[in-house]
Amino acid sequence: MESHIAEITPHTGGVIGNAWLMIALPLVGAFILLVFNRFTNRWGHLLGVAMSLASFVVAVLAFFELLGLGAEERRRAVHLYEFIPGMVDMGLLIDPLSISFALLITGVGSLIHIYSIGYMAHDEHRRRFFAYLNLFVAAMLLLVLADNYVGLFIGWEGVGLASYLLIGFWQFKPSAAVAAKKAFVVNRVGDFGLLVGMFIIWTTFGTLTFKELGDQIQPGQTNGTMLAIGLLLLLGACGKSAQLPLQSWLLDAMEGPTPVSALIHAATMVTAGVYLVVRSGAFFFPEGSGAALAVAIVGAVTLLAGAIIGCAKDDIKKGLAGSTMSQIGYMMLGAGLGPAGYAFAIGHLITHGFFKANMFLGAGSVMHGMNDEVDMRKYGALRKVMPITFATFFIGYLAIIGFPLLSGYFTKDGIIETAVHHQPILGWLAVLGAGITGFYMSRMVFMTFFGQKRWADDAHPHESPLVMTVPLMILSLGSIFLGGYLVLSNRLLDFLAPAVGAPAERPEFHFTSTPGLATLALVAVGAGFAWMKYGRVEVPSVQPRGSFLTTFARRDLYGDALNESLFMRPGQWLTRLAVFFDNRGIDGIVNGLAAGIGGSSGRLRRVQTGFARTYALSIFIGAALLTGALLLVGNI
Amino acid sequence: MTTHYLVLSGILFAIGAMGVLIRRNAIVVFMCVELMLNACNLAFVTFSRQVGNLEGQIIAFFVMVVAAAEVVVGLAIIVTIFRTRRSASVDDANLLKY
Amino acid sequence: MSPWLPILMAVPVVGAVVVALLPKGSDKLAKQVALLVSLLVLVLTGVVAAGFKPSGDRFQYVAEYNWIPSFGVKFGVGVDGVALVLIALSAVLVPIVILASWHDADGVKTADGTLITPKRSVKTYFSLLLVLEAMMIGVFAATDIFLFYVFFEAMLIPMYFMIGSYGGAQRSYAAVKFLLYSLFGGLLMLVAVIGLYFVAGKQTFMFPELVGAIQDPAMQKWLFGGFFIAFAIKAPLWPVHTWLPDAAAQAPAGAAVLLVGVLDKVGTFGMLRFCLELFPEAAKAFTMPIVVLAVISIIYGAIVAIGQTDMKRLIAYTSISHFGFIVLGVFAMSDVAQSGAALYMVNHGFATGALFLAAGFLIARRGSPFISDYGGVQKVAPVLAGFFLVAGLAGLSLPGLSSFVSEFMVMIGTYSSQAHGSGALTVAAIISAVAVILAAVYILWMIQRTMNGPTAEPVKAFKDLNAREVWVLAPLVALIIGFGFFPKPLLDVINPSVQQTLTNVKVPTSTIAEKGTGQ
Repeated sequence: MESHIAEITPHTGGVIGNAWLMIALPLVGAFILLVFNRFTNRWGHLLGVAMSLASFVVAVLAFFELLGLGAEERRRAVHLYEFIPGMVDMGLLIDPLSISFALLITGVGSLIHIYSIGYMAHDEHRRRFFAYLNLFVAAMLLLVLADNYVGLFIGWEGVGLASYLLIGFWQFKPSAAVAAKKAFVVNRVGDFGLLVGMFIIWTTFGTLTFKELGDQIQPGQTNGTMLAIGLLLLLGACGKSAQLPLQSWLLDAMEGPTPVSALIHAATMVTAGVYLVVRSGAFFFPEGSGAALAVAIVGAVTLLAGAIIGCAKDDIKKGLAGSTMSQIGYMMLGAGLGPAGYAFAIGHLITHGFFKANMFLGAGSVMHGMNDEVDMRKYGALRKVMPITFATFFIGYLAIIGFPLLSGYFTKDGIIETAVHHQPILGWLAVLGAGITGFYMSRMVFMTFFGQKRWADDAHPHESPLVMTVPLMILSLGSIFLGGYLVLSNRLLDFLAPAVGAPAERPEFHFTSTPGLATLALVAVGAGFAWMKYGRVEVPSVQPRGSFLTTFARRDLYGDALNESLFMRPGQWLTRLAVFFDNRGIDGIVNGLAAGIGGSSGRLRRVQTGFARTYALSIFIGAALLTGALLLVGNI
Repeated sequence: MTTHYLVLSGILFAIGAMGVLIRRNAIVVFMCVELMLNACNLAFVTFSRQVGNLEGQIIAFFVMVVAAAEVVVGLAIIVTIFRTRRSASVDDANLLKY
Repeated sequence: MSPWLPILMAVPVVGAVVVALLPKGSDKLAKQVALLVSLLVLVLTGVVAAGFKPSGDRFQYVAEYNWIPSFGVKFGVGVDGVALVLIALSAVLVPIVILASWHDADGVKTADGTLITPKRSVKTYFSLLLVLEAMMIGVFAATDIFLFYVFFEAMLIPMYFMIGSYGGAQRSYAAVKFLLYSLFGGLLMLVAVIGLYFVAGKQTFMFPELVGAIQDPAMQKWLFGGFFIAFAIKAPLWPVHTWLPDAAAQAPAGAAVLLVGVLDKVGTFGMLRFCLELFPEAAKAFTMPIVVLAVISIIYGAIVAIGQTDMKRLIAYTSISHFGFIVLGVFAMSDVAQSGAALYMVNHGFATGALFLAAGFLIARRGSPFISDYGGVQKVAPVLAGFFLVAGLAGLSLPGLSSFVSEFMVMIGTYSSQAHGSGALTVAAIISAVAVILAAVYILWMIQRTMNGPTAEPVKAFKDLNAREVWVLAPLVALIIGFGFFPKPLLDVINPSVQQTLTNVKVPTSTIAEKGTGQ
């Protein structure tokens, strides 16, 4: 592929040339908040919000500057500085793909910053929270803006770090500390794939920058090496995006404060895997290649797994987490379909960023009013006491189940239709997944906002302050309109085409296609089924035992059990064995050698009896032996 | 021609060595050492005569001087030990061990 | 003849004498003098570094004085890029260690409150530190192999006393183990040095003149073995590593930093300069076994680290894993990997130094090195916990921190190295990348058990870091982050001398540059 990337420097490039400001501003914010510590306690949160908003402004300006250019000129590489001499330079790639992400990250990120002012108002470490949020935004922007894999990887691990810090923000809870560590370690398994993938890329192509890779790789080119790279990158994407088999950390990650779940574990960070696949798509996941098929399969399997998990969770955040897994599965499925799927995958990513953040923040608003209760069996009938939260959450709900004309409808349907067209089996699995989505999301809404009160005695639910509800409203607007705007007349597709390539045939959006209608029917069935089980009848406030299938879903499809028996326990044994071997084996030999020498010399000294006549005898014998030896040799 | 002297020297040396090894009394051991030295002296003088130069005889003088010095020091030590430990047995003086 | 390097060595020696001669009871003055002297050395090192021209001669600031003329032994010093950055590392770490050890020489507190009193006086400790600094500079600056050997062995003396006289409960055992191990290796090296002198037959020990002097492959192998075993013990490489956890656990935190941060680097530095350049054929012949040992060190060190219950031992084992990376990089025979290895030596000094010192501050508050005695430190001492976290993250090579750049270069250089066919080194790189996962486990699990969770009862009385302690850790953290994003200044100095090394080993240095043709 001949890449049309213009190289510029900060001195020549206008806003785009100075796009590094997007990263630097929140980074400075995090730095100030962390280094100046408690001196910034009073205004720290405001600084955090300001830095995030400033970054958003830069992103918007850069976006419009990009729009002002011709479609084919919308890819700009900004050279910043020499990073590792002879290997890679640090630079940014501003193109439609990265700017879309930048807008989502800074836009939704800023809203969540604002929301957090209210949500974390009573937390004594609010300043630290905003420092971490700013750090996250900076790292995430580096991830999507970097023009090479090393910069991407730095951002990749930076968001991992921020995620670790924020999941463990209430680290005094052992469960939060364990969840944070688990998220980091599982992600590192994915990072292993990404690292080895980079080794191969560098060894094969001698470069790690996207531009130079684009110059070298012919479109559609595949061979064993490229397949290996693709699968390794997919492993990395699975870690970050909580796709099977590395999904287990995401549900535990809900230990973090809810805005974190909204920003990091729904809207942005977990979609980094999708970004990686789409960014590398032209190189290592060409349409129809084995690697792309693997991506699609992983996506399809995960979208079902996440949906099934979502069906059985009583913890509202874990239910949403299962849903996030599932929705990212859709994006992965789309990303595995080549350029035809990219626009829908990214579109779904953006709309999902809105409606899922909306619902997470709504859940946070509910928890805020319910003394941080997360068990939906203790909710019920909240729609009257929290009207705004209910309205916004309900919009998010309609969007995610794909209610016609809302955002999710367009983007998800786009993925499903493309999938049915390219990979029929996976496509129909996605249709099935949409039905399950209809069930578990309806279940969530019924259990939370409808039915009877099942509140704890000390719960006094109330609507949240404006600083929390206004972001909800803005996100709801996005949940309603964004999808249609992006998908209809292929706006997003055309915008992204210079960056990710255009599909062979332009998709047309059909409101009455077979898969689309089947999806709607299944969603209706799912929602109706949920109404029968959770809307019409009273929900028991204690979890019933449930069937085998329910337990299967409650236990996260035994993912943790599998990890524990396959990796953790053998790992513990191996560790103990190694420590034992080191102490008793290697050190045992060393100490044994020392003891042996000491012991034998202790025995040897017994020869010194103190009897002079014994010494005389030994001298005599020695002399006799010596004389005898000399006589034998014949030198005397 | 000088064989007899050498045989005598050997017998004296053997008697001295045996005495050193089996006797306990320090004075006797000491005298046995002197006997060995004198056996050596005899051998030196004999060889001197045999070879026909004076070096062996000179060495013998050296040995006598050393033996005299040894007697002085050695007897003094034995007397001192006897005074403190009331014994002249070499086996009783075995403190210098492991 | 440039007087700079001899001056650099003389200043701490003079300082050590002054500190040692101070009257009794002037402990505080001794600390202040020692700190000032070490800062002066740092400034002088800065001047030397500023005057170093990466594009100039390989050895700069060269000075030679006759020492034992009958054997051609000279007091010959000079620095190349790698030596320069390691000298700079020593010069940076010593003032930090002095500041960190302000109370280390007063005795070690145990968990039950008893004090293990040191065997020697406070001023002796700081005097020893300065002597050690002079020797560290000397060992990296020596261009005469005999002089290198002398410094290599003499360095043991101050360290022996620092562990044996100021350490924890088992200090004697640890100190003797450390000394015996090192002496054993040193002896083998002495034999090899003497052998080198006679076999080369050049009547000199000067390194530049001895490069390429040994041609016979069999002889190369024997001499290589002598040097390598000494360096492997020093580094330390599996299976001759067990002295390090004991020594590091028993030494006062400051001494442990210098031990792991600088002294052990002499081993890897020696491999890079002496083993490779003097005996290139032997180095190539032994590459595979050594790479295997290095990979075992990487994985084994990480796994054993996970299972440790003692914080200092844990950090020591992580270092064994990291030294495996350095050795792997040295013997991967590619410019990227070797530059990465040299950079790793510096970065590891900062990262492990910070981790040891932070752990030392933690241990000083509780008196116990055992992880299970802590919990919830973050709540009572957030600044301490924060520094501990950053140091820990540097230990697990988080991208954006300096150790990542070096680890990445080592692995990618090893993977792409063509020096030994392609397969074996490729596999080695992939296996070593598994350590990335293990590193997250050992660091984060330690942090979880010490810093997170409910606050343990004895921890509740902890005070957060005081100003002195912050000033100890802040420079290290700044360096870790700074070089994480801007490693160029170090790499620009390191790269030319690595290229020179590879030229002497006769490995084509442009294995990477010729690629990029695609497939």
